[in-house]
Amino acid sequence: MNDKTETDEFLEVDVLVIGGGTAGPMAAVKAKEANPKLRVAVLEKANVKRSGCISMGMDGLNNAVIPGHATPEQYVKEITIANDGIVNQKTVMAYAERSFDMINQLDEWGVKFEKDETGDYNVKKVHHMGTYVLPMPEGHNMKKILYRQLRRKRVQVINRFMATRLFNGPDGRISGAMLLNPRTGETAVIRAKTVILCTGAAGRLGLPSSGYLFGTYENPTNAGDGYAMAYHAGAELTGLECYQINPLIKDYNGPACAYVTGPMGGYTANAHGERFIECDYWSGQMMMEFHKELEGGKGPVFLKLDHLAEETVEEIEEILHSNERPSRGRFHENRNTNYREKMVEMHISEIGFCSGHSASGIWTDENARTTVPGLYAAGDVGSVPHNYMLGAFVYGAIAGEDAADFCESNDFAEIDPAEIATERERILAPLKREDGIPPHQIEYKLRRLVNDYLQPPKVTRKMEIGQERFAEIRRDLENMSAADPHELMRANEVSFILDCAEMAAAASLYRTESRWGLYHHRVDFPETDNAEWFVHVQTMKGENGMPINFKRDIDSYIVELDESERDAYQKLRVSSTQTES
Amino acid sequence: MPKANQMNTVPVVVNSEACIADKGCTVCVDVCPLDVLLIDTALGTAYMKYDECWYCLPCEKDCPTNAITVSIPYLLR
Repeated sequence: MNDKTETDEFLEVDVLVIGGGTAGPMAAVKAKEANPKLRVAVLEKANVKRSGCISMGMDGLNNAVIPGHATPEQYVKEITIANDGIVNQKTVMAYAERSFDMINQLDEWGVKFEKDETGDYNVKKVHHMGTYVLPMPEGHNMKKILYRQLRRKRVQVINRFMATRLFNGPDGRISGAMLLNPRTGETAVIRAKTVILCTGAAGRLGLPSSGYLFGTYENPTNAGDGYAMAYHAGAELTGLECYQINPLIKDYNGPACAYVTGPMGGYTANAHGERFIECDYWSGQMMMEFHKELEGGKGPVFLKLDHLAEETVEEIEEILHSNERPSRGRFHENRNTNYREKMVEMHISEIGFCSGHSASGIWTDENARTTVPGLYAAGDVGSVPHNYMLGAFVYGAIAGEDAADFCESNDFAEIDPAEIATERERILAPLKREDGIPPHQIEYKLRRLVNDYLQPPKVTRKMEIGQERFAEIRRDLENMSAADPHELMRANEVSFILDCAEMAAAASLYRTESRWGLYHHRVDFPETDNAEWFVHVQTMKGENGMPINFKRDIDSYIVELDESERDAYQKLRVSSTQTES
Repeated sequence: MPKANQMNTVPVVVNSEACIADKGCTVCVDVCPLDVLLIDTALGTAYMKYDECWYCLPCEKDCPTNAITVSIPYLLR
């Protein structure tokens, strides 16, 4: 046997950022700015030039808190209400207070925001209460701008390596990560004083209704790696029952996108072309109304633009077909969908975890710290609700700065060589197994089961059956075989997806009430029960290797809600269009 | 265990006339987030090896010779 223990490359850095999409580059740059002497590396499964969910850019900021248009207090209120009260307001406030500075920082780096004739940011209203949407007509340059900063600040970039597990020192502190090269099958170990997880959403949890494994809403490289790694490292996760479910262009499965079209007069409509929701901002309550209309007699649901003036449609096309998901244009062309003549058919996405749009993530405080010392999380994988791209930047910055501080007073923790050996054997096993089930076949079945048993409306018995099926899939993993290093990467992602599916089922079963509209609609517990469930639901890895759940109290609010505002997001339906049920 | 080989049409089409992979270019392979493109060294062109496309377009936009066309994968077209 060829024991590779001796040959595993050992790298050593002070700050290891895992994920080079949005939050990651910002975290690395800010750690370097805080202390230029630190060795800071960004590890990326793909290539930082085009990685993450903004690989082709972004068409706007969805949550800009700009003086004159919104205050941090207003924003904290809005998100508290949109997330049914289950928020750690301090974390939302920490974002809101740095939001404007971050916009100015990006502006200085060369990101072009829409400005009015006086040079002020041209903010648009999409949310139910406040005004927070700032278009970026040339947002396709975002990744280039981030890359330039990485080079300028001399951040070490390690492309085409995936992290599979984190290591903890004897005192529980984070000590490093195991890496796998998806092109060669080589493994490596990286020692680090701190690790910042910026691995994005769990985007390959449910199966898109097209049946195409990679036709997901999220960038499908984001398989839930960070959720699984934090879980195995002993961190607390939160809100995993508060799924991400988004309203999307049917089959194409990308955003329609109401944040761009809404301020220009477009809206979500039923088959009669009627508006049925007051506000197109994505929330669980909005998704519930969307779901009802989709399944009802006036369904399905459409994006309506055919009433707009020619120049408005041209402007929408220019933005939507050149940013974020630019292949939208050719999708519509194939189906002869011209915005001027036809409404665009919409559908709902597969389920996933993502704090960027909902609230499911690795539990983090207002310093981006997880419950494991030395481990941070930022962006979609963190737990600050409705945080979007700008939140990823702000929390990336917070994490980078705090990690730099942590390095001042902490040395490296030990990595147990036995753990390295066990992990290497685990991740390489599918490649050594010559005869077995290919990863894509297990992935297809697993994600189909996620749809069948976990997708809302949630039913207790169905979720329990789901757990039984997931246990069978776990046994199938022992039989998974990868033909080459690329398939080995997919095989290891399947293991992340399974961890996420088990966590989603456990958290959903634990919260015996309904909350967040469609996101946690439990048919057999249809009421919201504030007496029992006005708490965070946490998930951790239990002694037996399966998820355990417990309640965490909600920190006292720093911004009080007015009685009249509390249920603002419960009244999203246009009153003349009640569904018949 | 017994296995079958099923064929899929793939969404990334490379114009072999325009592709300059034979001159050492690997831009499309470098930028693909899903790592599904490879260089066929015998033919000197890039090709899509794995049917795992997010139709996100960096390969097409970043190609220096406009050799790549990404269509929408058949299952969702």
